[in-house]
Amino acid sequence: MEKRHDTYGELTPEMFRVVGPRLAESDQMPKKTVSFWKEVWYRFRQNKLAVSGVFILAIIALLAIFVPEFSQYSYRDQLGVYNEAPSKEHWFGTDDLGRDVFVRVWYGARISLFIGITAAIIDLIIGVLWGSISGLFGGRVDDIMMRIVDILSAIPYLLVVIILLVVMEQGLLPMIIALSITGWVNMARIVRGEVLSIKNREFVLAARTLGASNWHLIVRHIIPNALGAILVTMTLTIPTAIFTEAFLSFLGLGVNQPIASWGTMASEGMGGLRVAPWRLFFPAFFISLTIFAFNAVGDGLRDALDPKLRK
Amino acid sequence: MLKYIIKRIIHILIALFLIVTATFFLMKAAPGNPFANERDFPPEIEANLNAKYGLDNPWYIQYKDYLINTLKFDFGESMKYKERSTNDIIAEGFPVSLALGLEAMLIAVGLGVLFGIIAALYHNRFPDYIATTIAVLGISVPSFVLAGLMQYFISLKLGLFPVAGWNGFKYTVLPALAIALTHAGYIAKLVRSSMLEENHSEYVKLARAKGLGKWTIVFKHTLRNALMPVITYLGPLTAGVVTGSFIIEQIFAIPGLGRHFVQSITNRDYTVIMGTTVFYAIILMFAVLIVDILYTIIDPRIKLKGGGRK
Amino acid sequence: MKKPLLEVKNLKINFKTYAGLVQAVRGVDFTLYEGETLAIVGESGSGKSVTSNAIMKLIPEPPGIYADGQILFEGKDLIPLSDKEMSKIRGNDIAMIFQDPMTALNPTIRVGKQIMEVILRHKSVPKHEAKERAIELLRQVGIPMPEKRFNQYPHEFSGGMRQRVVIAIALAADPKLLIADEPTTALDVTIQAQILELLKEIQKKRNTSIIFITHDLGVVANMADRVAVMYAGQIVEYGTVDDIFYNPKHPYTWGLLGSMPDLNNKSDEKLYAIPGSPPNLLHPPKGDAFAPRNQYALAIDFELEPPMFKVSETHYAKTWLLHENAPKIDIPEPIVRRMERYKKEAGLNE
Repeated sequence: MEKRHDTYGELTPEMFRVVGPRLAESDQMPKKTVSFWKEVWYRFRQNKLAVSGVFILAIIALLAIFVPEFSQYSYRDQLGVYNEAPSKEHWFGTDDLGRDVFVRVWYGARISLFIGITAAIIDLIIGVLWGSISGLFGGRVDDIMMRIVDILSAIPYLLVVIILLVVMEQGLLPMIIALSITGWVNMARIVRGEVLSIKNREFVLAARTLGASNWHLIVRHIIPNALGAILVTMTLTIPTAIFTEAFLSFLGLGVNQPIASWGTMASEGMGGLRVAPWRLFFPAFFISLTIFAFNAVGDGLRDALDPKLRK
Repeated sequence: MLKYIIKRIIHILIALFLIVTATFFLMKAAPGNPFANERDFPPEIEANLNAKYGLDNPWYIQYKDYLINTLKFDFGESMKYKERSTNDIIAEGFPVSLALGLEAMLIAVGLGVLFGIIAALYHNRFPDYIATTIAVLGISVPSFVLAGLMQYFISLKLGLFPVAGWNGFKYTVLPALAIALTHAGYIAKLVRSSMLEENHSEYVKLARAKGLGKWTIVFKHTLRNALMPVITYLGPLTAGVVTGSFIIEQIFAIPGLGRHFVQSITNRDYTVIMGTTVFYAIILMFAVLIVDILYTIIDPRIKLKGGGRK
Repeated sequence: MKKPLLEVKNLKINFKTYAGLVQAVRGVDFTLYEGETLAIVGESGSGKSVTSNAIMKLIPEPPGIYADGQILFEGKDLIPLSDKEMSKIRGNDIAMIFQDPMTALNPTIRVGKQIMEVILRHKSVPKHEAKERAIELLRQVGIPMPEKRFNQYPHEFSGGMRQRVVIAIALAADPKLLIADEPTTALDVTIQAQILELLKEIQKKRNTSIIFITHDLGVVANMADRVAVMYAGQIVEYGTVDDIFYNPKHPYTWGLLGSMPDLNNKSDEKLYAIPGSPPNLLHPPKGDAFAPRNQYALAIDFELEPPMFKVSETHYAKTWLLHENAPKIDIPEPIVRRMERYKKEAGLNE
């Protein structure tokens, strides 16, 4: 704090002419305005668990697509070797009807993933429509639509699914219908919440005054803004659906033989646990791995999107 | 508060009515006759049976009877087992399921909270990784797989607990664990993240500024608030424990309501399916209501004013 | 005669972020004497709150890093102290008032208990006495019916009342130093005045030293003995209130004075806004950090960081304009006129 300026050495008078501000420099430098999605992507990448989740899902999807196509066995071939332990010919062993478990696991992956993803997409469509209509229109429409959501969500989900499956013929389609019959309620709530918070922001008001239709608002403004919350909900819906499918298969309400899903395989495997534990182990392992991966991705997404952590 | 409770009860009653109606008509529309399994009935016997169960009445009479009986908590006779009513089955199975369910809930909350706290206290250090990994495993592995693995390794290979059956405390441990672990995982995750969030709150900073010690802050300030979300999870937990019991009771051959329910599904014993479903629905919906009320009593911030929670 | 209570020497604090190392505080020096009020003024992001949190050692590590410097409280450096040792000082010798009373109180604990906690932690008194003291404190900070209020939860209090509770908590152990971090920013204007009045009264009664953090120069004139102006993590000018208000030397201080709204503003006079935005402390600029926004920037400002120049015994400023070679620059006309007016108002007030 003393006279330190002596230490600066040569200070020529030339250096003391007024040159004025360099505002361009000041305005260029302010905090790098990284775009929102770029930042989300950055944070997501930092999350090792979430990234490994993406990789696991990619590998499982690839195997599910290609293994049944290129394998020498098919999921329904009965090969005459029953309950054989994993070997060179049958990597995951064979089951009680002499079918190759490896092929069946990847065939089952198709069915399980198909069920999970389709159920999530149906949830998405109904939920987004319901939620955005309810939120956008407000007033009485909103009241009635949300009352319906309240009542539906009071009904225990699994009971409805079970009752429906008891009544319907078993199969892939009834399973998907049953899973999505009340599943969309959650999505509708989340979308409505987002809509309400976005609805009165300037850009939506501006679009309104410019005469944008409601449909235009939903597609161009609300969905992009609610995308984060929607994505998270979807990634967390898929594992729930896969889980529920497995659960229902166990109650004997799953897809029919000889079609395999992970759920039906695991529940059959339970019966043969003592003689052929691999019949439970492999499908169970992949159910767990998939659920783990989806959860990791979903959590990672949520954390990456959370504005509270942004700085 | 009272207005809110009344509103919620009305919702529940409407939902119950929907369930009763839907199950009734779905069961009517269901393929196959309940007596289809026992083939070779002479027609007069079948007619007799139909008359006995009221199946030859027009649908609206049946529907009316069914509604009235439901109001009287009379869920009808089993179509499979003579001399057994759905109420008998519930009376016999429910206490067993309740005991198992309560034990599972205790384990889920206890383990979940414990692991969550450990993970949050040692954030990003070794104990956190261990606790989080166990929680993630608990969430990812379906309960029936867990049940199968425990039966195989702990009972068959190590012989620590009985494989199956229902005969005292020893028989409850594995099934309760199998039901509880998934939920313990969720609770652990919940507690961990809410504790970490509370740690960044202003009031924790103020508590630090007061000069309170680390542990005083954890036990007197953070923990209390961080555990609030666990109460909201009690609703889904009840539902999860009930549905979990369907499978687990089957695997461990426990004579609870869940097992009877599953058997009635395999037998297509429609009256029992309907009755049990309605019973479960009542239990679950009121459990969720009670949890919500409890939450508002415990957390002074939340006031229910007709419009529900913010 | 005047004893220094707190000396901050060359304090440097960095934060590790995913984008790199942010230098939030870049060498801050100041001294606070007993019974004195020092105001630290600056825009948000200037490092004033970081400085105040640093004194309490409330900077979370990581991501925060105490990179350099000393914080001498009664001659003892606080930086090397462990959290445990520090917790004996926090709340007891140094207390803090937070910006947002809505979030600073624990929502699930009764207000009285939150005050008692401090007393029981730092003073060896029995519970009932702590309770009496807590009620007395509530009364002192102007909360009506303190016995009843004692048993209520924070959500039953208004914003201004909550801030009074926060002040009561800060006073509970009778600290020597009170750090008020924008204590009125989150409050309504009328409530602001009441809270400021309360703080002044407390200081008079207890002779507590106060560090008053604010972005609002207007508040400072009434509250402080001395003022430090912060910009981009450094103190750019400090002096007595008179020095800063009537003889400011740093162009940034001119800008702050010019941008201060006041009630007697003539309609023809526009509020002045400093153009541009503060520098990114991820990459602090070379030379004088304020230069890019400075109307009177010198060539040297973009090359070399200016030292602290002494204006008078009490007044220092960090600008090359005070160098003997620098051209004579007059304070811009509208700001001079404003200063004149402050002077008149101040004269009227006294």
